[in-house]
Amino acid sequence: MDNNYILSRKTKLVFLSISVIGILLIALSFLFEHPESKQVWMNILLNNLFFLFLSLFGALFIALHKIAHSGWHTSLTRIPEALSKFLPYAAVLMFLLIFGMHDLYHWTHHDLHDPIIEGKSAYLNQAFFFIRMAIYFAGWIGLSYLLRRNSVNQDLSDNPKYHKQSKILAALFMAFFAVSSSTMSWDWIMSVDPHWFSTLFGWYVFIGLFVSGIAAFILIIAFLKSQGYIEFVNKEHVHDLGKYLFGFSIFWMYLWYFQYMLIWYSHMPEETIYYAQRINGFPIIFYALLFLNFLFPFLGLMTRNSKRNIKWLAMVAFVVLVGQWLNIYFMLSPGIIGESATVGFIEVGSACLYLGGFLFVVFNALTKKPLLCKNDPFLKESFHYET
Amino acid sequence: MKRYISAYFTDEENLLRASKTLMEKNISILDVLTPFPVHGLDKVLGLKESNLPTVGFIAGGIGTLLAFGFQTWAFVIDYPLFIGGKPHFSVPAFIPITFEVTVLFAAIAMVFAFLFRSKLGLGAKNKIHDERITDDRFLIIIDAEKEESQFDEVKAILEQESAHDIQLKENN
Repeated sequence: MDNNYILSRKTKLVFLSISVIGILLIALSFLFEHPESKQVWMNILLNNLFFLFLSLFGALFIALHKIAHSGWHTSLTRIPEALSKFLPYAAVLMFLLIFGMHDLYHWTHHDLHDPIIEGKSAYLNQAFFFIRMAIYFAGWIGLSYLLRRNSVNQDLSDNPKYHKQSKILAALFMAFFAVSSSTMSWDWIMSVDPHWFSTLFGWYVFIGLFVSGIAAFILIIAFLKSQGYIEFVNKEHVHDLGKYLFGFSIFWMYLWYFQYMLIWYSHMPEETIYYAQRINGFPIIFYALLFLNFLFPFLGLMTRNSKRNIKWLAMVAFVVLVGQWLNIYFMLSPGIIGESATVGFIEVGSACLYLGGFLFVVFNALTKKPLLCKNDPFLKESFHYET
Repeated sequence: MKRYISAYFTDEENLLRASKTLMEKNISILDVLTPFPVHGLDKVLGLKESNLPTVGFIAGGIGTLLAFGFQTWAFVIDYPLFIGGKPHFSVPAFIPITFEVTVLFAAIAMVFAFLFRSKLGLGAKNKIHDERITDDRFLIIIDAEKEESQFDEVKAILEQESAHDIQLKENN
């Protein structure tokens, strides 16, 4: 049970080839599609956000279950810990936005003579934007590092004080995340349409983060199990992750629908323009989102057996992951590029490029520590867990 | 007239172990009564999964269709009104009501299906086997019609599994 994950040459080659395919697709796109600089920056922001969300989920998962005194997840903690190790890379990639602000965010332009954007300038100005960004990443990276360090220290000693410390850190992370998850979604996503606002936007983005994180978590577990690792993760754990995916897909639809319905119902032009532009310009993506993120996981994971079958669950998780990527695309692209936005080679290519890098970082992080933690007071409970 | 053996236990660990042993020796257990749900007991007794979720799904589906259909009929065909400049057939406005009716139908159908299958509900006669099972005793009931010849054997097994009390009972 003390074994580490070994990143084989073959797996490394697969990750590398995913990235190489991505680079080829991007090159093809530059040859034939001639993307504008706006589209290039949109792709960078889109994939930054998507993979940042997956790795933030890692830290969130640990913190959430620590403060809830959960036992069942204890034997799985090393996987979200590995996910959260991508955070520093996500931070570096996010700070690349310094060079792309003009292309991405309309509110950064000078001489707009726009009273609405001027009224928001106390919050929406470039200096404060990057200060906030630095604060978010400092908080997330710092606290997730401390949580990981405590988990390693707990491995080495049977003194439960590290577990107790982790609980305080987890509470701090949750409080910080509660605020920062909302403000980050305003900063990075909602300010793409600077005139428009929605009060539940922060929750909507957050729940997308949670669903995509759960889906990625399930896929990693399915991969590790197919390689013969983590034999201590049994059907009960898989069942619980399936319930998470099922439940939060429904919750995602709930927020998706209520954001839409309230705007549809009140019918105020400054709010409806957001949906008018998106539904009229991109009807296929609009309805595909509902199918991929709600109808498919809702009907596909309804029965008990479908949640306990890891292969089927991984398939559903993959569909949801694509759906959530498309969801972020749908929030960004019509706002940045406008009616002419399409999903072309560059979108698929840059997603592949990021995916290869992300997988390499996460699986490399998995090799560093044993896949099963030790001495955690809840570890026994995790083995005997029954849903 | 029905004869059966009731074996009383004082905690669930012994109950689980005894049920497992009895199942392994193919001694038919009529029922197990406990003051609270015992984890793993379903698996030991080999009980089948409940069909209640299927009832919920079908009733929920009926509720969805009924609510959506009725609203469509009322707002589009029977009494069309202009509300806020919206079209008569406004799907987003129908969804909250459709959702509520779906949940209502599923919940009520599941409650009544449960009462029907468990022979509970209004007018049902309460058969409390022993008052103590609502308090602090765990009880296994074993069919003594078939096992009559083996009564001593069963008793020996139960005693070995630290049963607190073993009684042979008859019931009309």
